[in-house]
Amino acid sequence: MRDVRRAQQCGRVRRPVSAIVLALLSWGCGGCAGKRSETTLEARAIAPPVPGQLAGPNAFRHIDSDVDRARALFLEASKVLTHPRCANCHPPDDHPRQRNSHDLHVPPVERGPDDRGIPGLMCSSCHQDQNVVGTRVPGAPKWHLAPREMVWLGRSAAAICEQIKDPKRNGGKTLAQIVEHSAHDELVAWGWNPGADREPAPGTQAELGALMQAWVDAGASCPIEETKR
Amino acid sequence: MIKLNVNGEERTVDGPPEMPLLWVLRDLLGLTGTKYGCGEALCGACTVHLDGEAVRSCVTPLKRAENKKITTIEGLSPDGKHPLQTAWVELCVPQCGFCQAGQLMTAAALLAKNAKPTDEQIDKSLAGNLCRCGTYTRIRDAVKKASST
Repeated sequence: MRDVRRAQQCGRVRRPVSAIVLALLSWGCGGCAGKRSETTLEARAIAPPVPGQLAGPNAFRHIDSDVDRARALFLEASKVLTHPRCANCHPPDDHPRQRNSHDLHVPPVERGPDDRGIPGLMCSSCHQDQNVVGTRVPGAPKWHLAPREMVWLGRSAAAICEQIKDPKRNGGKTLAQIVEHSAHDELVAWGWNPGADREPAPGTQAELGALMQAWVDAGASCPIEETKR
Repeated sequence: MIKLNVNGEERTVDGPPEMPLLWVLRDLLGLTGTKYGCGEALCGACTVHLDGEAVRSCVTPLKRAENKKITTIEGLSPDGKHPLQTAWVELCVPQCGFCQAGQLMTAAALLAKNAKPTDEQIDKSLAGNLCRCGTYTRIRDAVKKASST
């Protein structure tokens, strides 16, 4: 990832065809565009997505409109929010999921009144505050299911965004607290340290925090429903 | 050295903090009533209580049990007359018996929080305890019987 960042900084990342076409058009239209330089146009191109990685906020700074930039930033952050390591514990019912295929949790556990299981079969009956080496049992501090009103699994980035901004559906958090939660919460951090052979969430927790901060700074607009990553 | 409270007795064990509690109970303390099943918290045979909560001792590190009250099947009652144990005997619940210590400990944790569970609550609470002999209906009947005493 460090190499990719360095390449991005040095402008050596392969550009999408659309960016190359834009660049060629600008050369042909040099007179009407005034003194728009090649460098300026290169800066406007977003590097193509790399599996497992997140683009940082700088990749979106060329978007002049705050609304459009915020939408793009949240779409990038949603690569994490909709990833199985995160969405599996934000189910639409009372049962957590597991694996990338969102299989029902084994054993068949229940949410319970506090999102931490039921007597005899609590989350903490099996899950520790860290992954258990030598087994596939994952763990992190405060292991529990996201509350019912925080469903992410199966929902679009636009729907999740609206939820995250709604204090009635985000645990009463301010946007600043959402950023802090994204960037530093210990249970969220598990997404990048899932243990066993699980695929971690894209990028890093710090990069997610930076994207969420930039999204808030840009006005926290949500993607329109039809937008795809 | 780590100090433990096991079945009401203070014990000191010399084991690494990450050692599974099940190994401590069986190999260091000789309490072999708790069984090793899958070793991955999937079968429930190794269930014990930690401060009253049912936990899978095969994945519980020793350090988590420090300064907590551990109860194993040997300590469920001083004379083997816990209402669940009585009901288990009366209804001839076990077949091979290997999973039964875990079943009893989970059922005891349930009754401690819910003295009159419904059939559905019993099934959900014990859903993580496997019985290869298929004694599930007798287990449910015994829990119901114990809850009525």
